[in-house]
Amino acid sequence: MSSELLQQIITMGAALMLLISFALLSQKRMLSLLHWFALQGIVLAAVTALVGYTSDNTELYISATITLMLKGVLLPWVLWKIIRQMHVHREVEPLVNIPMTMLIAAALVVFSYQVTLPIEHLSHLITRNTIAVAMANVLLGMLMMITRKKAITQVIGFLAIENSLFFAGVGATYGMPLVAELGVAFDVLIASVVFGLFFYHIRDTFESLDLNKMEK
Amino acid sequence: MALNLALGALAISLFAAATAVLLVGKDNVARFTVFGLLAVSAGLSIASGMVGLLTHASVALSLPVGLPWLPMHTRLDALGAFFLLTIGALLIAVSIYSIGYVREYTGRKGFASLGVFMGLFVAGMQGIVLADDAFTFMLFWELMSVSSYFFVTFEHEHEENRKAGYVYLIMAHVSGLLILGGFATLYASAGSFEFSSMRDATLSPFWSSVAFLLAAFGFGMKAGVVPMHVWLPEAHPVAPSNASALMSGIMIKVAIFGFIRVVWDLIGVDGFQWWWGTLILLAGSSSAVTGVLLALQQHDLKRLLAYHSVENIGIILIGLGLGMIFAYYGHPLLAALGLIAGLYHTINHALFKGLLFMGAGAVLHATGTRNMEEMGGLIHRMPMTAVVFLVACVSISALPPFNGFVSEWLTFQAALLAPQLEGSLIPMLIPFSAAMLALAGALAATCFVKVYGIVFLGQPRSPSAADAHEIDGWMKFGMAIPAVLCLLLGILPTLFIPLIDAVPQLLIHASLSSSVHAHGWLWLTPVSEARASYSAPIALFGMLVLGGLIYWLLHPRGQVVRRVHFWSCGNPHVNTRMQYTATSFAQPLRRIFSGIYQPVEHIEIDRSDHKLLTRSIHYEVHAQDMSWRFIYRPLLALSERVSVWVAKQHQRGVHAYLAYMFVTILVLLAFLL
Amino acid sequence: MMIFLVNLAQILLMILAAPMAVGIVKKMKARLQNRQGAGISQPYRDLSKLFGKELLLAENASWIFRAAPYIVFTSTVLAASVVPVIVVDSPFSWTADVIALAGFLAIGTFFTALAGMDVGTAFGGMGASREMTFAALAEPALLMSIFVLSVSAQSTNLSVMIHHILEAGLLLKPSIAFALIAMLMVSIVENGRIPVDNPGTHLEVTMIHEAMLLEYSGRHLALIEWATQIKLVLFATLIFDLFFPWGISGTVAVSALLIALGLWVFKLIVFFVLLVIMETGLAKMRLFEVPQFLSTAFFLALLGMFMHYILEVGAQ
Repeated sequence: MSSELLQQIITMGAALMLLISFALLSQKRMLSLLHWFALQGIVLAAVTALVGYTSDNTELYISATITLMLKGVLLPWVLWKIIRQMHVHREVEPLVNIPMTMLIAAALVVFSYQVTLPIEHLSHLITRNTIAVAMANVLLGMLMMITRKKAITQVIGFLAIENSLFFAGVGATYGMPLVAELGVAFDVLIASVVFGLFFYHIRDTFESLDLNKMEK
Repeated sequence: MALNLALGALAISLFAAATAVLLVGKDNVARFTVFGLLAVSAGLSIASGMVGLLTHASVALSLPVGLPWLPMHTRLDALGAFFLLTIGALLIAVSIYSIGYVREYTGRKGFASLGVFMGLFVAGMQGIVLADDAFTFMLFWELMSVSSYFFVTFEHEHEENRKAGYVYLIMAHVSGLLILGGFATLYASAGSFEFSSMRDATLSPFWSSVAFLLAAFGFGMKAGVVPMHVWLPEAHPVAPSNASALMSGIMIKVAIFGFIRVVWDLIGVDGFQWWWGTLILLAGSSSAVTGVLLALQQHDLKRLLAYHSVENIGIILIGLGLGMIFAYYGHPLLAALGLIAGLYHTINHALFKGLLFMGAGAVLHATGTRNMEEMGGLIHRMPMTAVVFLVACVSISALPPFNGFVSEWLTFQAALLAPQLEGSLIPMLIPFSAAMLALAGALAATCFVKVYGIVFLGQPRSPSAADAHEIDGWMKFGMAIPAVLCLLLGILPTLFIPLIDAVPQLLIHASLSSSVHAHGWLWLTPVSEARASYSAPIALFGMLVLGGLIYWLLHPRGQVVRRVHFWSCGNPHVNTRMQYTATSFAQPLRRIFSGIYQPVEHIEIDRSDHKLLTRSIHYEVHAQDMSWRFIYRPLLALSERVSVWVAKQHQRGVHAYLAYMFVTILVLLAFLL
Repeated sequence: MMIFLVNLAQILLMILAAPMAVGIVKKMKARLQNRQGAGISQPYRDLSKLFGKELLLAENASWIFRAAPYIVFTSTVLAASVVPVIVVDSPFSWTADVIALAGFLAIGTFFTALAGMDVGTAFGGMGASREMTFAALAEPALLMSIFVLSVSAQSTNLSVMIHHILEAGLLLKPSIAFALIAMLMVSIVENGRIPVDNPGTHLEVTMIHEAMLLEYSGRHLALIEWATQIKLVLFATLIFDLFFPWGISGTVAVSALLIALGLWVFKLIVFFVLLVIMETGLAKMRLFEVPQFLSTAFFLALLGMFMHYILEVGAQ
């Protein structure tokens, strides 16, 4: 399989990942936020599978499948369940208004590109230019955790960061060893269970999932 | 020859001021003499500017006046010549206009002081562009600043005018101080006040940055760059309209001249740092957008126009900033394009903003109010004013084939060359600022639909608008000149750009002349034919022929068009109060950009008869200029706190005073160490 | 000489085919909504009827109101003359680049809005205010997406840009894809289509474009309607030129021109099918959601710009 095609697939994947990160930041409703988050998982799985196909790395198929099941389906579904059961207000409540967040996000993209330029010059992989995008995605995930009120949006931000790291792994090194990936996947699963438990406790104690109320 | 003409113009301006003093009380004679002389001075300015630009010569002359050890140095080079041309082009129109305009003051108030200060003001501006040493420059600079203060307070009966004058004076002085600091920095390394030795001196990067910052802030303050623009919307509306035409049209351009003179010429292109151009670019983009956004929320016609000056200064700075970036990265040709875009917009803005202020003066003259909410339907009562005002509106809205479009188009072309730069941060920033320019241009069009629609179209909103009358011949003639020039500069850029091309040749030794009309005079091709081309003559010709043809085809001859009551979706009971107002026109934008305006609304509903019957609704909304809230008020509070603290230190007991002396002695002794 | 004739022919083609195109859109829409719908030549009949009708002017209408239809129509035709339809390198395409093209279209918008305010009814002012507001907000998005294309083509001249894309071949470039989406969103706003504005109704609270035209009748109305129809085809053609120029003829050979014509019609029909599906499927959005729609378009184009520098330039 030609490296040209691989290049294009990863480029397109990177573009989509960045687009989805922006989309996550611009969403107003919880449900659509979850849809975009699920889409991110699916794109990630698709890119992983395609990279596996073009680089003849069968291990990547397994991680693609796990990614699809876990991040594309299971986690969004679990989060939706939590929202439904706990009667969380279905609107995303931003601390900084959305256009402003988008502008900050745009600045972060430029910043992460500048920061990763030296790394890119060192790398010889054809996919090196995705490092900047992965970095930007991590920063955007953090931005989301900072600028949104609810605990659930913070979890989504956290998971989006995890997704971007995974993407960086796939893009930069054609995937980590399968064992490491399985471990990470398992960690994420455990983390989400712990988050879920936390939500119940937080709500029982504070009768809300708004972080500001916990500080009082 | 050119310099002699220019000095002649300067002398005649001073003479005009003197005549105004001599002819106090003889208003009718003074009217013609003073403004006639100013028109002559303008004619000489234009002549010397043209000669200077055509001959590319830099002629210097030191006058035997001034300080004992420093005679006045004057010099006319391409840069000065271009600005003399700009000054002359608008001044000739304003002088003729003023002959009619000041008639309003004869008998009532007299205009001797207006004549005196206008002469001095013009002389100040002409002197600045001719100055060849820092002393002469500052002398004329202060002459310009101080005499324009008297325009602002000309109608000093009103309190708001005195307040505006005060703000204006403070800002003018702070800016003068900063500029002086800039010259001082240059003097420190040149060892002379003469510009020629400042040019030759080489500064360390640190000190050249200091000089740049001082000049940028000093001239930026005078030019009205956000957030130092606050004096502008206060001062320009209250001055008499002919004076505000000059202030908005050319005085703030003289600040641009000062900036180019100090940064591009004295510090020199070789001394640029990478962040200078970026700073100017960012200042320009934010001024452009903020200026137009604030303009949209004004309903005082002249205040609105003043905010538009802030916007247009921003557009000029975008061009200059692009030029500086390209010059730093060693692309002189592209730098020349940026510079020319900025200069082109400078003269364009002088023309259409001057025209708009003259038009506003005509409207003010006819209706007696600056409040747009009391106007309407003036196109029927002031047909000639309506036509020239429309020309200005179309020009400032950057619509082809008028001049505003050409300069913005050139700026876009310069911005599109960004990928040729090395590095990646700046090429990524430039498109963003081009997008801001696009936003500003389009919002300006929105704003001028509002201005024209509310002031000239629709139905009269007050009796004074219904009884408005057309202005006299002098004013009409004065306004026709810039209107024609706007169109000419719009359709013949290929003839005009080679003329201003002398300026980049002088400053960066690069010329656009060869590429600009490589494809013939019909097509404007700033860089190369394959990049972009624009032909205003063909577009205009096409529109005229096609429009004429359709009209000829469709127009049924010999048939009178039937006039009927308007339809308005079948509602016949529509009165003039039901029209859209200036406030309601800007409502969508007020809501969309509420984060920037933070509008304060105040609604009173009178239901005194019955809780279901509304007698009257009073609605008030104010959009705020955030720079007051976030910069100037805190600054005021801070200075107040500092002065209170200082005052307190003065009122301490004897021990405190002894302690002060003791500390002073200690400090002085410390210097001996 | 020949190319001049072909150029004139393609301008005429665009002007004359525009009503038919709108007829097709209406017909398709009607069928999709289980209606019979009028024939596809209905817009021609409407226009000819309007041209024949007596012109009624409001008592206080000024010359702006009378001149506006001519200005709107000619500026739209002028813009159309710049856009290559079937032949690239047409002589008129040197008259203006894409930015100047946007300027020509802006003339039309400006004068329509002025005409809306001329008579002094509340509807006209409302339409003018909204139209200008959204036109202004659409501008940065439009320009940014043009920028994305022109930084790689190194030109804003349409013919040169088409050549660039044809030579580059079919490449999966994310920046171009983002610019395309942004451009589509902008053209929905510029043409006043659902979900931003509804071209099919005059009386709706959120009306934008039609509100300005309420006082027009007879030949004036006909000219403005026709200009609106040309503008729709113009935007479609512009999008084909910038993103899918394949098939456009580089010579004036008759066979190549015929193929180009056929492909243009095909692309238009595909475009209209998508438009109709979208218009039928979507509900009109609230007025103050339009700015968000446009800011999304702007950010998409901005992302496209970033993608160009990060993923495409960096990769070379």
